[in-house]
Order: sequence, then C-alpha cells, then structure tokens
Amino acid sequence: MNIAVCVKPVPDPEKYNLLEIDPKTKRLVREGIPTIINPADKNALEAALRLKELHGGRVAVISMAPLFSQDKIKECLAMGADEAYLISDRAFGGADTFSTSYTLAKGLEKTGIQFDLILAGNDSADGATSHVPSQLGEWMELPHITNITEIEIHDGIASVKKKISDGLIEYDMELPAVAGIARNSNQPRMVSAMGIVKAKNKKIEVYTQKDLDVDEGLIGLSGSPTQPGQLLTPDMSRNAKLLQGEPAEIAAELLAIIRKAGIAV
Amino acid sequence: MDFKLTEEQMLLKEAFRDFARAEVAPHAAAWDEEDHCPVELFSKLGELGLLGIFVPEQYGGVGLSHTERVMGLVEIARYSAGLAMFIFTHQLGMAAILDFGTEEQKANYLPDMCAGKTICGLAVTEPGGGSDVAGQKTTAKLVDGKWVINGRKCFITNSHIADITIITCKTGENDKGRALFTAIAVEKGTPGFQPGREEHKLGLKGSVTGELILNQVAVPEENVIGKVGGGTSIAMKEIGEVGRASMTAICTGICRGCLEESVKFANDRVLYGKPISKLQAIQFHIAENRLDYETSELLLYKAASVKEEGFPATAEFSMAKYFSTEAAVRASKRTIELMGGYGVIDEYPIGRFLRDAMASISSGGTSEIQKIIIAGDTLKKYS
Repeated sequence: MNIAVCVKPVPDPEKYNLLEIDPKTKRLVREGIPTIINPADKNALEAALRLKELHGGRVAVISMAPLFSQDKIKECLAMGADEAYLISDRAFGGADTFSTSYTLAKGLEKTGIQFDLILAGNDSADGATSHVPSQLGEWMELPHITNITEIEIHDGIASVKKKISDGLIEYDMELPAVAGIARNSNQPRMVSAMGIVKAKNKKIEVYTQKDLDVDEGLIGLSGSPTQPGQLLTPDMSRNAKLLQGEPAEIAAELLAIIRKAGIAV
Repeated sequence: MDFKLTEEQMLLKEAFRDFARAEVAPHAAAWDEEDHCPVELFSKLGELGLLGIFVPEQYGGVGLSHTERVMGLVEIARYSAGLAMFIFTHQLGMAAILDFGTEEQKANYLPDMCAGKTICGLAVTEPGGGSDVAGQKTTAKLVDGKWVINGRKCFITNSHIADITIITCKTGENDKGRALFTAIAVEKGTPGFQPGREEHKLGLKGSVTGELILNQVAVPEENVIGKVGGGTSIAMKEIGEVGRASMTAICTGICRGCLEESVKFANDRVLYGKPISKLQAIQFHIAENRLDYETSELLLYKAASVKEEGFPATAEFSMAKYFSTEAAVRASKRTIELMGGYGVIDEYPIGRFLRDAMASISSGGTSEIQKIIIAGDTLKKYS
C-alpha cells in the first residue's frame, strides 16, 4: 500500500507575536520566524504510518516549500516516512490553495508512484482555509473527504469517520482517494534519535518548475485566482461600563447583558 | 573551525527540546516539590534514544557520541536539572561498562539500559570523601571464585533505584604499597547489598541520592569491570569526562532556563507604562545571562570535541564544569533580582534553578578541585 502525505512548513504558532503582514502584498512576512510542520499534517503522517504498520507498503511525504525547509521534511523522515519530495521553485511562490493543490497534484504525478491513499492535514495553522485536500482530490479526479478522525482500510475501501459539528459521519470511499485528516485526531509519535540517524540515508527529491509538467497559468502568484482583500486589525480595546444600584439590580442587569450577548445562562 | 551544528545534530536538539517541553516541563516543579524521581519516564527516554545515544547500535544504542548525549542533557536540564542528574548517572555507569567491560557484559547489560528497562549507577564516594579516591575503605576479597564486598558508599546518585551499580572497591596493594581498586558490578537484590539513608538535598531534587551498604556481598568473579586493580582509572576517566561533561550540560541547561525566563519576564512585566525590557538596567542583566549561557555552551562543546578527537580532555572538562556551575549560580541569582518579588515565589522556577545550580557545584568535584586540575594542566602547558 502506497501512501502520500502532503505536509506544509508553517510559522511556529508560539511565535505568532513576531509575525507581521506586508501591507502591500498582504502576505505574511515569515523571515526570522521559526517554522514547524503544520500540526494537522503531523496527524496525517501519523495516520499514514499506522496504516503502513498494519498493511505494509511505503509512506512518501510531499511538500511545496522553499528549499530551506528541508530540515522540516527530514523531521517527517525521522518520524518514519520512507522518502520525500520537495517541490521548490520561485515560480511557485505566492500560490493560493487552488494553485498549491494543482502543483501538488503535478508533483504526485511526477513521482511515478501509484498512490492508494493521499493524506493531508485538514487545515493549516497559518492559512486555515481547509481547501487543499478537496482541491487535490478534484485535480486528481479522486474521491475525497475532509475532517477525518479515523481511517481503516479493507478490500480496496477506506472506511472513515468525518467529524462534523454535532458528531461523526461514517463513509466508505473507494481507493485511491484523498483524505483530509483532522487536527488532534491522533497523537503523532515523537521523533527519536534513531529515527533521525536513519533519516540521514533517506532521499529527498527536489522538483523545480522544469521537472513538472505544469501549465504556467496555474502556478504561483500569477496563477492564483484568490487575491487578499483589505486587511483590518480588529478593535480589541476594552469597553468598560459601570453598573450602579443595589446588588440585586446590578446582578439582574448583568444577567440581561450576558443574555443579550448570546450566552445562554 | 566550524561552530555550526550538523543538520543531524540540529534535528536531535529539536527532538530533545520537543520531548522536554512535552514530558518534562509540565511536571518539573512537582518533581522538585515532592522530591519525586520520575522513573516512570525512563522507558520513554529509552524510546527517545537519549539514554543510549552514545552506545553503538549492536548494544541497543543509537551509535552517536557524547556530544549528542550532552546536547540532550542540556534540553532536559532546561526544565529539570534533577531528571538530567538521574539520566547522566545512569549513563555514567553505562559508559564504564562500554569503555571497560567485556563483550559479554556489554551484551548482557547495555541493551536494557539503553531501552530504559534497567537503571545503572556508579558508586565511588565514601564518607571519607569523593575526590580522595585513594581514601576509599570499601573492600572486596576473592573467596572461592566470588568477590566478597564490605563497606559503605555515600552521596550516590540512583542509590535506591539502580538495578546495577558499579562499585569501586579496594582489592589489594601494588609493589609500592599503594592501594589498588577494582570496579565490580553489583545487582540489586544481591544478599547483603542494600541502600541506606536517602539524602534530602538542597537542589537537584527528582534524582535520588543516598547511601549504599555492602555487608558480605558475594558476586561472581566475572562481575569485575575492566582489569582487577583498574578501578581508579575507570572512576577517574568516567567522572572526569562523562561526569563533568554532564554537570556542565546540566548547568548550561539551567543557564538557558534563566535566559529564557528572564527575557519572557522582562517582556511581559510592565512598569512605568512600558515593559521592563526597555530599561537598560534590565538589559544588562539579560546580556549577562546570555553571556553565561553561551560561554558555558561553548566550553561544553569545545571539551566534547577534544574528547571526540581522541585527546585527553580532563582540563577542558574541568574548565567547562567550573565555569558553567558558577555561571548557573550567577545567572539564577541575577534572574531572581531581575524579577523582583516574583523571583522568590515558587510559581516561577528561578528559585529552583538557584538551588539546582548550588547543588551542582559539588557533584563531579567542587570548583576548588576543578581549579587545581586546571592549574596543574596550565602550569605544564604554558611553562
């Protein structure tokens, strides 16, 4: 069983206080901010490694990211992935989810591997659109389901549980398929020292634009139909209101304010 | 000259840091308060690969070196110096087996120790002193193919929890009448072998320190580690290199703790309408904390690289140990001052850092002992 896992290096959420947005391009200024593997992508990788332990096969990691992200990809190899593919070229920079998913689909095609299952974190910690897994399924013309918390494979079928606001929906989907794995759906294994030593001998193949059979109109910033609009900083200033009167009156007024704010008490 | 870590070392450092943040940081204060040694974490540490990181793969280790080992200890000690003390003492005994043991002893003991299934210790110090190795009074006599050991060891880390303790014992004298010592592995549960008093320490809580009592303890002749009469070399080498490197790593970790806590506090604490990090007096404290941390780390890795190149590194480790333990005391005291009233409240870890730093001074030889070693080397090298 061959499984691909799409991973994305994202700014470390613990360092969000250092993040700035370029007022002209409306893009995140990431320079100097340490990156981590997107947490939900680690859940996806953990799900893939567990499936490999049960069914055998190989796990490949694929990422579209700058070349300096190789250490993050190595971390995935140290967790237990067998090989990695890094799509890296300035031409792919500034891509929205439409363009990113297109490029990832082309990268997966380039590996020449017939993947039975393609997993991705359901959403990224930075963009948080949750678009990529579904868009990838569309580009690859494969069935796709997002927000999956559990996945089992049997007889060429993936039986999955999809998290919704009020519970779970169970689906069966034919393989090959694409699945968006929900954040915190499992406990990703820790990276061990031995895993790191073994990762040294695992390959990371780098694909540039010329390696992929891509339509130039669908890649990078120019190939991205989504353009950020106005960026506004929410007004977080406190609005204090002094309640006066007898304690019982104040309590009644306070209760009314809380209920008016939509909180059921 | 290259001061950069390799890509593999950077990944290791990150893996150790992640582990320490997830498994150590949330519990460190409670371990200190309850003086609890977290043996329950040992198999996870084995899984992480830290325990046997310097042990070849054939004996269950990772096959890296002591440089990566101390890198891991720094990350653990950043949050719990006591746990780092427990780990390093285990590794100290393992190093003695690896460096001096027979093939059979290595195959028998090391895999379980690497996996965190068994705990190791090394016992040299006696009531008469630790650095006075020749003054040890514990004896071992060969009787009917068994070593019969009698004596008492004190201030022994892992005393009450070790499954296997390597004990140095007086086994005879040389032609000049000087005492000869032999290192002998004694397993927990051997009749006559029992822990005595458990010490309540100022710092490094979370590691167990106490007495070992040996009363007519008989162990097989093949339990000797290294040569009969070679115990002093084993103790001096392992304590001088592995031990002092580890104490340096622990104090480097404490220094980083002080640095990170001081930066966080200085940025968060607002006085006179701005964070105190804007005040020059506070910035001076932070700059000094940075220097103490970086200098300790540099001395640690310099000594480790000398050892890795196969040269004697006793003086280098003494310099590193002396500087870093004193630096950890300075940095924690300075950070308490920076934090004002908050510095002495147990909710913050700085008071613990100071106690841990103070408790680190005597382990592996006091600052005075380190200065004697440094001076001896200096007088030879620079004359």
